[in-house]
Amino acid sequence: MKLSREQVLHIALLARLGLTETEVDRLSEQLSNILESFEVLQQVDTTGIPPTAQSIALQNVMKDDEDTASLPQSEILANAPQRDGSFFRVRAVLE
Amino acid sequence: MTNQLTIHQAHKLLRTKQLSSVELTKASLERIRQVEPKVQALVTVTEELALKQAQKADELIATGDINPLTGIPIVIKDNMCTKGIRTTCSSKMLENFVPPYDATVVEKLNDCGVVVVGKSNMDEFAMGSSTEHSALFPTHNPWDLSRVPGGSSGGSAVAVAAGETIYALGSDTGGSIRQPAGFCSVTGLKPTYGRVSRYGLVAFASSLDQIGPLTQDVTDCALVLNAIAGYDTRDSTSVPYPTPDYTQCLTADINRLNIGVPKEYFVEGMQAEVEIAIRAAINKLEELGARVEWEVALPHTPYALAAYYIIAPSEASANLARYDGVKYGFSYQDADSMWEAMEKTRQYGFGAEVKRRIMLGTYALSAGYYDAWYLKAQKVRTLIRQEFDQAFAKFDALVTPTSPTVPFKIGEKVDDPLQMYLADVCTLPINIAGLPAISIPAGFADGLPIGMQIIGKPFSEETILKIAHAYQQATDWHKRRPEI
Repeated sequence: MKLSREQVLHIALLARLGLTETEVDRLSEQLSNILESFEVLQQVDTTGIPPTAQSIALQNVMKDDEDTASLPQSEILANAPQRDGSFFRVRAVLE
Repeated sequence: MTNQLTIHQAHKLLRTKQLSSVELTKASLERIRQVEPKVQALVTVTEELALKQAQKADELIATGDINPLTGIPIVIKDNMCTKGIRTTCSSKMLENFVPPYDATVVEKLNDCGVVVVGKSNMDEFAMGSSTEHSALFPTHNPWDLSRVPGGSSGGSAVAVAAGETIYALGSDTGGSIRQPAGFCSVTGLKPTYGRVSRYGLVAFASSLDQIGPLTQDVTDCALVLNAIAGYDTRDSTSVPYPTPDYTQCLTADINRLNIGVPKEYFVEGMQAEVEIAIRAAINKLEELGARVEWEVALPHTPYALAAYYIIAPSEASANLARYDGVKYGFSYQDADSMWEAMEKTRQYGFGAEVKRRIMLGTYALSAGYYDAWYLKAQKVRTLIRQEFDQAFAKFDALVTPTSPTVPFKIGEKVDDPLQMYLADVCTLPINIAGLPAISIPAGFADGLPIGMQIIGKPFSEETILKIAHAYQQATDWHKRRPEI
């Protein structure tokens, strides 16, 4: 399993993760090594075996739609890097 | 020597008014001043809050309103939200994040009148096995300052081992409570998946994460579990089962309990001293009346590491998508476009290991690779679970080493991700199956701690606490403290 520079850049784009040139090279090598050693998974016969997403039997957990107190707007916005009055300020999506 | 008291010892002194919470808290803060420059276990010391909480606890105690945790100092891992106290996950991304609410476990402990003395250092976003992946600073093992304390709850384990606090909370996704507990010679419990609410725990891998205590003995572990376990409507994976009083099971009688020893956990490359110590500890359990069957086979164990390191990073890549520089956390401002701002925010906000896992997880979930990697790992997960189910039809508990080695040197594995991942080889299968497991001190090799792991069936915390307690009644490894 070899991950090329191009594949690394493609995955980084999917993850919206900026990388330096050095990081691209290093990740290409490290991820290739990691995936190569994980190829042992392919040796396991999983014919007819269902996947497990989590380990407890709970499914479709519901709760009543009841009013509960929300946090005040000022506290929610207190950690915002950029705000405009009572709004989070974001960059233009379309330019 | 107030900094060596257990919870139950301190409680007795508080209840009989031989000691006040303010005195206990001041001793803890003094010990922090003394050893923190050497071990660097804490991201934030909450002195002012602690003294205020201690005073309030003393007032409660004066009126006779006291429970087993009232007035006793605790350290909380820095990935659990504490209202008004910054919660960094040891990441540049959250370096200045101050949560507007408390995690459920913090709320429950505050209701008990605890005294929070600090927030502990960890591998960034809990990704790591040595606390070297903290973006703030590494933590040092008090048994040998040139060695790692384990991780990711390394700060919590060290704070307990070095006497900075009486107990701590950690979180465990693949061994992050048990492995540092083993490396620092403290007692660390990962409860069953669903036993403790994760509301307010910064998410890493949601199908694996669980919160638990790091303490000086098993009795303390049971007392903390009593306080934090239980159903929470705010965490839909917490289970609506009743919680027993976990101290009730702490008899020293383990007669006729069936214990299995899975041979695959005595892995190739395992340190000889660790194997010898764990075999001796299991012999001790046999001496105490347990029926031990050696050489139990769990043949899918060798595939657990690969399955884990596909599943956990996949979930992490989805969970960490929330760090976009808009709502909270680090935000890169000097960009020309929205996408550039987001990419640079994540480039500068995340450290090397977090990036590696986001990349690995994104790859395993991406079109064309999903079936071969993510789905395959989930199917292997089923086989590992089934294998444990079969073993637990026969055994009350399984016993293994917590780690294949004693603590390694700082810097030894930090540039070799695969070597670092192997440090979790004995602990991560337990998260894959969602089981409860405890690590307790079981000896030393050249002065370096060795941990024994006791694994139980789902929601059988009482069984593993009972076995661990019986072992601690018959040994004194857990009473030894590092000279620092």
